[in-house]
Amino acid sequence: MAQFRLPVNSRYSDQPGRHHAAPAEAARPRQFRIYRYDPDSPAPPRIDSFDLDLDRCGPMVLDALIKIKNEVDSTLTFRRSCREGICGSCAMNVDGVNTLACTQPIAAIKGEVRIFPLPHLPVVKDLVPDLNEFYQQYAAVEPWLQAEVAPPAAGERRQSPSDQEKIDRPSACILCACCSTACPSYWWNSDRFLGPAALLAAYRWIVDTRDGAKSSRLAKLDEAFRLYRCHTIMNCTEACPKDLNPARAIADIKRRIAEGEG
Amino acid sequence: MTSYPLVEHRADVVVVGAGGAGLRATLGLAEAGLETACITKVFPTRSHTVAAQGGISAALGNMGDDDWRYHFYDTVKGSDWLGDQDAIAYMCREAPAAVIELEHYGLPFSRTEDGRIYQRPFGGMTTHYGKGIAQRTCAAADRTGHAMLHTLYQQSLRHRAKFFIEYFAIDLIMEDGACRGVLALDMASGTLHRFLGQATILATGGYGRAYFSCTSAHTCTGDGGGMVLRAGLPLADMEFVQFHPTGIYGAGCLITEGVRGEGGILRNAGGERFMERYAPNAKDLASRDVVSRAMTIEIREGRGVGPQKDHLYLHLEHLGAEVIAKRLPGIAETAMIFANVDVTRAPIPVQPTVHYNMGGIPANVNGEALTRSDGSERLVPGLMAVGEAACVSVHGANRLGSNSLLDLVVFGRAAAAHCARTLRPGAKLPEPKVSALEPLLERFDAIRHASGARPAATLRDEMQRAMQRDAAVFRTGETLVEGCAVLGRCRDAFRDLRITDRSLVFNTDLVEALELDNLLGQSLATIHSARNRTESRGAHAREDFPARDDANWMKHTLAWVDPAGAVRFDYRPVQLETHGADVERIPPQVRAY
Repeated sequence: MAQFRLPVNSRYSDQPGRHHAAPAEAARPRQFRIYRYDPDSPAPPRIDSFDLDLDRCGPMVLDALIKIKNEVDSTLTFRRSCREGICGSCAMNVDGVNTLACTQPIAAIKGEVRIFPLPHLPVVKDLVPDLNEFYQQYAAVEPWLQAEVAPPAAGERRQSPSDQEKIDRPSACILCACCSTACPSYWWNSDRFLGPAALLAAYRWIVDTRDGAKSSRLAKLDEAFRLYRCHTIMNCTEACPKDLNPARAIADIKRRIAEGEG
Repeated sequence: MTSYPLVEHRADVVVVGAGGAGLRATLGLAEAGLETACITKVFPTRSHTVAAQGGISAALGNMGDDDWRYHFYDTVKGSDWLGDQDAIAYMCREAPAAVIELEHYGLPFSRTEDGRIYQRPFGGMTTHYGKGIAQRTCAAADRTGHAMLHTLYQQSLRHRAKFFIEYFAIDLIMEDGACRGVLALDMASGTLHRFLGQATILATGGYGRAYFSCTSAHTCTGDGGGMVLRAGLPLADMEFVQFHPTGIYGAGCLITEGVRGEGGILRNAGGERFMERYAPNAKDLASRDVVSRAMTIEIREGRGVGPQKDHLYLHLEHLGAEVIAKRLPGIAETAMIFANVDVTRAPIPVQPTVHYNMGGIPANVNGEALTRSDGSERLVPGLMAVGEAACVSVHGANRLGSNSLLDLVVFGRAAAAHCARTLRPGAKLPEPKVSALEPLLERFDAIRHASGARPAATLRDEMQRAMQRDAAVFRTGETLVEGCAVLGRCRDAFRDLRITDRSLVFNTDLVEALELDNLLGQSLATIHSARNRTESRGAHAREDFPARDDANWMKHTLAWVDPAGAVRFDYRPVQLETHGADVERIPPQVRAY
């Protein structure tokens, strides 16, 4: 049987990490159990627990992380920027699900809140995964307009509202990597399978009426690993915090190739 | 001091920042064959341009009569006659070509029935010099910034531009008054890097996080402005901070002006459409400073909504579910997540929220940074600035909505074109003296090992609350004096900083302290400039000086902040001429909407 190899730093210590108790007057305490990994330390990753008073914390998981960093442990490390679900920085695994910490309400989670980095990526530190391979896969689909004919000398290329609708949702991807890192096939073959995010990016151009490279885009994807490692597990669509549908896009790519569009 | 081995990089041009302006400059430079190193503290598509919603202005005339000269008039009026008219004329004239270029790059614009770029009304945008309502703001639903940033990054990939991602720029390397490059920290490895270039373009965005409540991302810490102040150079017009009328109450997340462009209406506790009283013609689509002041007065006079009567309602239920789903899907999502409001049934609770910095690094239309010494103006050799980080000044005392995305692409492009005209690819770079770098390393080392009593988070909180309280929508001399004192104490307290994380790999404790230092310098510049300007103009509303004073104050503030926090001023004249730009200048008038 094939060995399923976990990236380094995926296994954490069985020993409990540091515990930070809530203030005595806490009216609504809730425990946050957070994966910690310090690259400078020889110790294995650990799980620290932080008890926060939800009455003194913003509503989202990101609010809790920021509160911990500001008031309890400033070494806690995570990416964040826009805090409104459009930049894609704070993607992580919360309560077993890949999501954006900034749009994930704490109230939607029962019991302790378990926070881990996006699964199956090398970890740089704490909740910060190494996304370089993910970005390379995005670049590999050449995600830019490749027009067959030069644009008009004056004015825009015309596109009907119904044609625009085909690219409207697919182009709304925020590259958070929630989908790809939720895909078991990607866990296994991320070195050769492009993963749902990159395939959705490819699809966005395949269906853009302004693009002239549909055939060559499809031909480049028509390969056992790059595309066909998708086994329609649908975790990608389930995980997408923007309600996009990479699984459907991938199915459509496969259909187009099967019908000889490539 | 720890000894830090430096990794060397040499390029023709070093760009700091990969938002709209930085990416447009980077891809233009790469296209022109100049070796370019773009340094960015976040992956490019995470830059705050991504959060722009409503659109980008350009007089395309796709949805009715329009002319770039009307756009010019609106922008001058919006700026309350503090904008430089030659620069505004340049921007508005270039706008249609700049937007068409984005479309040719593949930006997924919304479309009209005949397949053209969809345009919506926006605040302060009119036709025929204030007579009609223009539909000038080109939109990709309500995520235009996202569409633009991703498109520009895609073009940068196409041109094989070189990025240094998650590199934090620490300081400018200055020698004999010229900029030679930047010192930067590679966050992933914790190594220090020296980037040298013939030109350094700062595209580092605004510093919204100087305030407690802002629409800006956590990363909007104006690092370029902080570096410029430490280099002994001035920042311009820092007193002009834009409050967006519709930030979500509490959360601060942006609700685009495009909501009002599509027909959304602000109402007070009595259900009154109060903007009719303040701006009888433009109503809810008056300029942002006007609407934010009106809202503040409504709340102050007891007509706010909610248990504290401290916010107002933005209604869009009447637009209908179909228009909302088609034109404002992101708003519907954001309102549900952050205000638990179904916008097809209930209004969004909103309040004026810090949104944009009109001020910044003084620069000309080529993006070249300026300073003044001995009573005369001069360029800073090797240093350029574009986008929100810069003050050209096209926005003057108040920016019109959808003019910022335009600013980014027009001046990002202009800066790249200027470099292509004036730099020789591969020209030899002089080796800067060791003395140009030593003080920068000493500062970095001191902050890295800071072992005082004040964590960056508490100091930042103190600064943000002071700015929120004392440099607000309305300001008075008394509270500004108080604010100057508090911020002076924050500046002093920074010497007592404590960093807990001693590691080098992805040390965000350290990065947040470096960002705080940048914010502190700009907060001081902002509040002192606000105290200094004894008039009301655009976003700067002094209750003790309620009138605009063209005789004394039609000039740009330049503020220098020394390491101890002392602020010194000089001024630049406002450019009232258009310099043959094929449009008549707009002489100062009373500004009414």
